[in-house]
Amino acid sequence: MSIDSPTTQAQSPTGQGNPPVEVSDDFIWKRRHLLGLEELSAEEILYIFKTAQTFQEVSMRSIKKVPALRGRVVVNLFFEDSTRTRMSFALAAQRLSADVLEFAAAKSSVTKGESLRDTVRNIEAMGVDVFVIRHSAAGAPHYLTQFTDCCVVNAGDGQHEHPTQGLIDIFTILERKGRIAGLNVVIVGDIGHSRVARSNLWGLTKLGAKVTFVGPTTLVPRAFEKMGATVSHDLDAALKGADVVNMLRIQRERMTSQVFPSTEEYTRLFGLTRQRLRGTKPDLLIMHPGPINRGVELASDVADGPNSSILRQVSNGLAIRMAVLFLVNQASTPTAI
Amino acid sequence: MSIQKILIKGGRIVDPANGMDAVGDLLLTGGHVTRVGGEITDYDAQTINAAGCIVSPGLIDIHVHFREPGEENAETIASGSEAAVVGGFSSVACMPNTRPALDDEAAIEFVHRQAARANLCNVYPIGAITKGRAGEELAEIGQMVRAGAVAFSDDGSGVAKTGGMYRALQYVLMFDRPIMQHCEDPDLARGGVMNGGATATRLGLPGISSIAEELMLQRDLTLVRETGARYHMCHVSTRRSVELIRQAKAAGLRVTAEVCPHHLLLTEDACATYDTNFKMNPPLRTRDDVKACLQGVVDGTIDCLVTDHAPHGIQQKELEFLDAPFGIIGLETALPLYIKALIQPGLLDWPGLIERLTVRPARVLSLSKGTLSVGADADVTIIDPKAEWTIDAAAFRSKSRNCPFHGWQVVGRAAVTIVGGQVKHECRATAGVA
Repeated sequence: MSIDSPTTQAQSPTGQGNPPVEVSDDFIWKRRHLLGLEELSAEEILYIFKTAQTFQEVSMRSIKKVPALRGRVVVNLFFEDSTRTRMSFALAAQRLSADVLEFAAAKSSVTKGESLRDTVRNIEAMGVDVFVIRHSAAGAPHYLTQFTDCCVVNAGDGQHEHPTQGLIDIFTILERKGRIAGLNVVIVGDIGHSRVARSNLWGLTKLGAKVTFVGPTTLVPRAFEKMGATVSHDLDAALKGADVVNMLRIQRERMTSQVFPSTEEYTRLFGLTRQRLRGTKPDLLIMHPGPINRGVELASDVADGPNSSILRQVSNGLAIRMAVLFLVNQASTPTAI
Repeated sequence: MSIQKILIKGGRIVDPANGMDAVGDLLLTGGHVTRVGGEITDYDAQTINAAGCIVSPGLIDIHVHFREPGEENAETIASGSEAAVVGGFSSVACMPNTRPALDDEAAIEFVHRQAARANLCNVYPIGAITKGRAGEELAEIGQMVRAGAVAFSDDGSGVAKTGGMYRALQYVLMFDRPIMQHCEDPDLARGGVMNGGATATRLGLPGISSIAEELMLQRDLTLVRETGARYHMCHVSTRRSVELIRQAKAAGLRVTAEVCPHHLLLTEDACATYDTNFKMNPPLRTRDDVKACLQGVVDGTIDCLVTDHAPHGIQQKELEFLDAPFGIIGLETALPLYIKALIQPGLLDWPGLIERLTVRPARVLSLSKGTLSVGADADVTIIDPKAEWTIDAAAFRSKSRNCPFHGWQVVGRAAVTIVGGQVKHECRATAGVA
């Protein structure tokens, strides 16, 4: 497939053209798996974006389908509850004309009685090509690659990484801001338990942004400084000079585990409200990977306000996931496409 | 048919208990050492040529898990004993975290019976401190002492309740047996699967902070000071633990400590592949902790070297890192790994290493073992210090394969293991032994 076709300048809903994404002409994508953004180079990330831009156009056609993965089987292997990520991957695979198998187990393999290895090898024996895996255990996708010949795409592993969400967030920032390098990105919430925060951090820092993690001391360990983040516990201070603020969901179960005293106190200290936006940059981009706890981490009027890119993140999710599925498949059989 | 006499010719006899390090012959008659050193001629004896080899008292490992009763698919007392003699160990002490736990007289006698049936190495049972290792009521420690329990431990977890630990230390004073504590504050460590800190944060894995180990040790040392009991800290893994033990010894407390090969050779960075063979408890720590543990071994703060041999069946370990059980096996690899960690970098000489694998662990448990004095039990390990080999988990005598050192090139191995005057293991591949 040529990256320059069918259109390179699809119009985004913001009315801007696609921002230029510079990737060397002789770049060749080689990864059969997408496990995390930590191991990707800046060029690989940009190449995914460039591929995603070409797929954005597909979603605007009346027949929203290309034959890129016709005859391939993508398995959605979800060991953790998920609606939007699973649907997004399924739709992305279908738009590439792949067949999609859904596997959902509410509980982890251990309680279910069959090991992950056995589950996967059984499905693989049916003749499938890609495993999209969501699992509550960090490293489960890495473990999967040790015994499958299929491509593996990490759709979120425990508290470790959620690479496609990270790519979506960064792609959305790039679309709205036209660049990543030099931006101040503030990510707020339960950073310690967040795979989205980790993937954002790796991707953003590789592309030259400055990332500040904000949240209570019990949820934002200083260890993140060793990964290149700035750690802050003062949202108002962090928002001054910020170009982007990404508000992470506060998990309900954390509210009862003594990491902070009450939801009200959390909202007072770390919730994003209209008042708090006074004195910030007028073009501050407000993001949330969803689902939102309205009135907890994000006030409703802010979530639905003009600076919010939340729904755009969702629609970009499709293009990014199409790009990822396309690229890992292409790396598996470079001559077939 | 048992052979009455064994004559070991021309080896370098290293017996740290007697300050001996000299080339010479060793004669074993029946179950005892009868002559040591110089040239010995005895035409009735089976002769073993030990030229180029080290003749050591039988190695002793005071921390193994043999899984019997309850998890015989992972290990039995017989298969564990076989792994022990292959690794050069003539004596082991086995932990009571079986199913059910070794927490009464009958269970201790069961271990003795199974060990006698296996008839390979000496197996010393360690009894549980509390009934069912539940951390609540004291187990029948006195009855277990009478049945032959050499120490008491709830290993696998620490005794969390301060009052319970205080009473246990008071109670064992009557029998002068040590308490072997697995130091880990359960509230701080809850849910953790690797060392707490920056690497765990990066990998998205819940951590076990080193303070979980140090806090329980610190508490226990206060209780030991108060009671005067004998206290042995299992598997030291952090710098601060080494420092606390050093201070406790300087203050005259009856405290001893042990360390495992993996805490001298590996760091938390190994967890980055999510390979469950790097998941153990205490977890692999930082380079700085490894350095402190090595220093603790060298200066004697850490008395002895153990394996914490912890077998798990393949299907138990072949899981996500978060879900797999803690522990790795070690009996068949410990000797070359200790050579790699301590002899090759020049931290210890051979007498120094052998002391920490024989007479010192024997003293921790008050065993009359670990020396080649005339009259001592005829437990001997002949070590080929130059044998080069590759660790192959598939070749282990242990029933389990959970070993992070598979594929490592190592030097040194047990050529012959003699227990009670009988050859229990002989490595034919090793040069120097006829």
